[in-house]
Parts: sequence; structure tokens; C-alpha cells
Amino acid sequence: MSKREGGSKDSGSRSHPGVELVRSEAPSELLRELVAHLRQNRTQLREEWVVRITETRLLTAMTKEEIFAEATSVYDSYVEALETEAFEALQAYARNLSERIIPRGVETHEVVGIVLLLRDVLARSLFAKYQTDFKKLNRILDAYEPAANRIANTVAVGFVQERERVIRQQQEAIRELSTPVLQVRERLLILPIIGVIDPQRARQLTEQLLRGIRTNRAKVVVIDITGVAAMDLTVANNLVQTVEASRLLGATVIVTGLSPEIAQTLVTIGVDLGKMNTVGDLQGGIEQAERLLGYKVEKLAEPR
Amino acid sequence: MEVPILKQGAVLIATFQAALSDADLNHLRMGLVQQVVKFRSRAVIVDVTAMDVMDSFASRTLREIAHMIRLRGAETVIVGIQPEVAFAMVQLGLTLEGVATALDLEEGLAYLTQKFKNTD
Repeated sequence: MSKREGGSKDSGSRSHPGVELVRSEAPSELLRELVAHLRQNRTQLREEWVVRITETRLLTAMTKEEIFAEATSVYDSYVEALETEAFEALQAYARNLSERIIPRGVETHEVVGIVLLLRDVLARSLFAKYQTDFKKLNRILDAYEPAANRIANTVAVGFVQERERVIRQQQEAIRELSTPVLQVRERLLILPIIGVIDPQRARQLTEQLLRGIRTNRAKVVVIDITGVAAMDLTVANNLVQTVEASRLLGATVIVTGLSPEIAQTLVTIGVDLGKMNTVGDLQGGIEQAERLLGYKVEKLAEPR
Repeated sequence: MEVPILKQGAVLIATFQAALSDADLNHLRMGLVQQVVKFRSRAVIVDVTAMDVMDSFASRTLREIAHMIRLRGAETVIVGIQPEVAFAMVQLGLTLEGVATALDLEEGLAYLTQKFKNTD
């Protein structure tokens, strides 16, 4: 029988000397006992866990040493979370761990798998320890199970959130790469657009262009849409807005490369073409831009 | 809120502060035109670099200021509209049509110098 010190709730049973009575310990006390057991048997339980991980063929992307190192941190964080019930620290650890192992190719099912394995290993050790006292075992499990489930949840969610963050970051990078704003002369920017423009990409394009105008102090921008097959109403409006917003920053926009289909779309929609400066192709657009900027391009000799 | 108006030769430069109330804007509309008359200015540059929002009232006021000043034979140039503000404005359909714009004070002055050279 564990000795209680001060203020735990008594179930109401009377104590008789020499008779062992079932007392209900406070949950926090059970948890303390549990944590103490897990700490005492740390080495052995951790080893058991690593064996199970290898048997189940999880974390194959990592070396034995790496698995051991991570297993140690996870085990300690796990026990600490059980003890303190401070799940923010565990969440932060889970995200940190995910940040490190995702690039190594570790999958979600592996992370969830190893946490559940640890849960099993620890549970088995509890079964072994309290096998003679079924009622106590139940109480210990009452304290252990909710906490263990919450831990598994926290780690899994942390991992998935980190993955989603990486995906978003990559998508952003891809989008930026696909719409470069290029300076070809002082005060002259070119924005070559290729592929499908959806409203989100159109918006991102506009923001990038406006930032580029300010950074490069551009006075003329040539937006070339030769590589754009089709445009719907929303995107056409976006284009007009881009032209208008650029003007507010003191830059003139020349749109080049409108395909017959897009020209048709714009006319059908009723876009005020007076607002848009268009030229047939990119070459023509650059030539006009140079004129606007006061350049005169002269051929001095034949190509060598 | 007092908006500082500086004189640079024949050009007046008004620097708008961040949060101008409707009353401030109304006050300004009168004030700027009076200054143009007093100094016989040929142009006004309104610097809105510090404004991080531009609502329809502010936008309309700027256009009215430009119109009133044009009636005195002077030009108005709005400078310093931030990319985010420009984006928000065009989405609301506030295009400041008919009013000259430039990237910043330097560009605004360059524009006016060019314009005066052409018309003198």
C-alpha cells in the first residue's frame, strides 16, 4: 500500500489496524506512481520499444543510431507529458521532430505507428507490474489511458500540421517561380505569363508585379500572355485591375501576345480596351516600351 | 490633424498622414486650393506614402482636389500609393481616373519638370 501524505480524498472506508483496505488514491498520485515506474524502467522499456519498431519495419529511412537517439527524446517527452500534462511542450516537440524527419522521407503512418507502439510497450509493463492487483491495475490504467491517447493524438496532429505547412510552402515557391518579374532595362519590367491562370495565381501575379514596380522603380511593364491559352471573366478583370493598380504606382502597362481567343473573350466581356495598352507580340511591346522610356535602338553593324 | 504643406518653387508638396478623418480631408480640400491661389503654384504633389488604407471618401476627395486645382490652372500628382493599397483600391473600383500618379516624390517632381518643359 502506498503511503499517502496529506489531503487525498478518502473513499470513506474506515481504517482498521492490520487490515489492508482498498483506498482510492487521487488520480494525480496514481499518475506519479506511474511516471516513477516509467522512469525507473526507462532503459529496459526504451530498448523494448526500439526492438518493436525494428520488428514492425518502421522508420526504415533512419539508421539504428538515429532511431535510438530519437527514441530517447520521444520516450522522455512522453513521460514528461504524462507527468506534467503540459501538452504544448509535447506539441512543440512533435513539430520540431517532424521538421527534422519529414525531409528524410518518414511517413505519417510510421510516426503514428511508433507512438502507438510505445503506448503498447508501456501498457504491457503496467500489466506485468500490477498483475496481482487487478483493481489497482484498472485505476492505474484509468489514469494512463486518457493521457496516452492524448499524447498519441498530439504527436500525430503535430506531424500532419508540419507536413501541411511544408506543402503550403512548396506550393508558394512553385507559384513564385512560375511568374518571374524580370527587369530588362532600367525602369522596364517584363512579366511573361505561361500556363493556366486561376484567380489565385492572378492575384499573386498582381501582388508580385506591384512589389516589383516599387522595388525596381519601373515606369513601363510589358505583360506577355503569349503562353496563356484561355482566360475567363474573373481573370480578364484581374488583368484590367493589374493595369489600373500599376498606373497608381506610376507605371504604364503594355499587354502583348493576346491570342485570337483571348481577344474575343475580352471584347465579349466588354473590357474597356481604352484602358489597356496592347501590342501584338512581345517584340513589338518591348519596342514600344523603349520608345516610351526615351530609348532609340539603332543598328550599327551586321551580326558577326 | 495638420497636414504639412511645403513649398518647392512653383510646386506645393502636401504629405498626408496615416489616419486622416473625413473632417481632415474636407479641411484639406479647401486648404490646398487656398494655398495654390496664395502662392500662384503651378502644381501640387500629394504624398500618400504614409496611408495604409484608402477608402472611397479619401479617393473621391483626392479627385475633387485635383479638379479644383486644375480650375486654377495647376496640375496635381498623387505619389507614394503603396502596392497593397493600390491593389485594394482597384478591387473597389477606385482608380483615381484623370489624376496623374507617380511612384514617389522624386518621380513626381521629374514628371512635373518634364511637363513644364514641354509646355513652356
